[in-house]
Amino acid sequence: MTLIRTPNIGQTDAFYQALIDAQRDMSEEQANMFSTKLVLILANHIGDNAVLNEAIALAKSNPVM
Amino acid sequence: MNPVVQKTYTYPQFDYVQSEEQRTKTLKCHPVVIIGAGPIGLTAALDCAQRGIAVVLIDDNNTVSIGSRAVCYAKRPLEIWDRLGVAKPMVDKGVSWQVGKVFMRDDLVYSFDLQPEPAHKMPAMINLQQYYLEEYLVKACQEHALVDLRWKHKLLDLQQNKNKADAPVTLSLETPDGIFKVEADWVIACDGANSDTRKLVGAGFSGQFFQDRFLIADVVMKADFPTERWFWFDPPFHRGQSVLLHKQSENVWRIDFQLGWDVDPELEKQPERVIPRIQAMLGPEAQFELEWVSVYQFACRRVDQFRYGRVLFAGDAAHQVSPFGARGANTGVQDIDNIAWKLKLVLDGIAPASLMDSYHDERAFAADDNLLNSTRSTDFITPKNQASLRYRNAVLELAKTESFARPLVNSGRLSTPTPYLHSSLNTPDDATDAFVGKMFPGTNCADAPVRYEGANTWLLEVLNLLAVKQSNPAATFILLVFGDAPPNEQLNQLTSLLPAGLATPVLQLASGSLQDSEGRLQERYDGKAGTVYLLRPDQHVAARWRAFDALKIARAVKRCIGVFETSGANLGKKENAA
Repeated sequence: MTLIRTPNIGQTDAFYQALIDAQRDMSEEQANMFSTKLVLILANHIGDNAVLNEAIALAKSNPVM
Repeated sequence: MNPVVQKTYTYPQFDYVQSEEQRTKTLKCHPVVIIGAGPIGLTAALDCAQRGIAVVLIDDNNTVSIGSRAVCYAKRPLEIWDRLGVAKPMVDKGVSWQVGKVFMRDDLVYSFDLQPEPAHKMPAMINLQQYYLEEYLVKACQEHALVDLRWKHKLLDLQQNKNKADAPVTLSLETPDGIFKVEADWVIACDGANSDTRKLVGAGFSGQFFQDRFLIADVVMKADFPTERWFWFDPPFHRGQSVLLHKQSENVWRIDFQLGWDVDPELEKQPERVIPRIQAMLGPEAQFELEWVSVYQFACRRVDQFRYGRVLFAGDAAHQVSPFGARGANTGVQDIDNIAWKLKLVLDGIAPASLMDSYHDERAFAADDNLLNSTRSTDFITPKNQASLRYRNAVLELAKTESFARPLVNSGRLSTPTPYLHSSLNTPDDATDAFVGKMFPGTNCADAPVRYEGANTWLLEVLNLLAVKQSNPAATFILLVFGDAPPNEQLNQLTSLLPAGLATPVLQLASGSLQDSEGRLQERYDGKAGTVYLLRPDQHVAARWRAFDALKIARAVKRCIGVFETSGANLGKKENAA
């Protein structure tokens, strides 16, 4: 399996809202911790090291605007 | 030096004796000289001696390790020491354990069991102060006729003849009676992380230093903590750092406090600083006494080549790891397990000197595996920036309720043997022979309970018993056969094909003298009827087949002693490269 790089989330706007709502009332540190835990939870769900490495490389190389 | 006395231990003082060769000013050439009588050098001397090599073991001091340094000894080194006949007092005196617990602040987040598989002779891990261990090894060395253990002998210089590969090494040694020279066909350098030998041959030793310090306190107390390894991240009694608690023998407990980088190591060693830390941890009621305190900083480093001509590096002289994972002494003992039989074959002229290159290949591979594990544990325990710290803490918080996060918790991955999966000495499985389970060419033999000649015993004991019955145990490759005995014509053919000096006794399961009393052997070796395992003298799998074939076995034995047949159509290395 390879990393999916085309749109794949069923309801994109609903997902994004859920993500933003979840950390709306958090402090900076709480929000950072939330994001970190989310990464770990999702990484376990994916499970495949090759896909995870691809995702890490993509996040790292994606240019800073 | 005056004898050092601790509360629970008095250091022995061994006598310096002037050697005959120094007294008579005679230049003698010894087959093997070992530098450094720590756990690894002592083990080297015993293993060489058991293989039939007369060794000189030198040490610049005349006592055992001052202070408790190594603490945890794992199953595989215990199996090796058992082969050498010294494991029993260690296991009897040591504290056996297999459960580890990890705490985050006040909560238990994770607990692990090192030996989920039952029916092994040796425990998963014992804790024992290094000085007891060395004492037992010294005693065994002193009792062995082939070990010449010389205290107060310091290595000053070492010369190899670069133009003549088979020329002996010349060593200059200093004793209370002055300086003299000895020669050695081979030198095993076990002189620790600050190895003088390494400097004298100009070997590289590089890696990573960690900007962190740890306070090691050995404390005498009567406490009812269970005999488990307890590791805290960010405990209430030592905020922001980690702490490790471990039981040793004689009611001595090892406590490791992470201190961070910005502390004064001299100040932190003072009892008035140490005692309040321990009191805070154990509670105001706890009664304890300090046995030993030190502060250290650790590094992960490896020598570039384990073999420099006729000098072989082993133990900390070859590789230095962080202590989380008990990978220092445990790895060193396995270095020796790898060296001794090979050296004997080379000294006897049965194998070429190039067999010693496989020592580097196999043990550098293991050292790299240990260094990787050790570095990963260190990165978890000592996060390098805020983001890494956050990931570490996120893992620990998730681990309390989520089982998926528990394997990510890394408070030290405890020492297990690294199989030599890519070694050139292995013969890979035939494509048509399918095997299941954990054994592969290059893995150490899993132990199992067996009955042998009517008595309950263990496979590894039987392998050793069978080897020492042969005229040259180091040249003995045991054939573990499941099912019917191999036909005589095959056995005769095998004998005719083997290089002179080698023996391949058959250990036959089922109708033979060996019984698989609990069925573990068959299970652990996937031992269907007809299966043949070819076992190295260091109790590792060299090759295996589903049927007995003298030609294939002979070829695998030669390959395992570094004899690759270059002529002929389909033998040795060429076959592998094809």
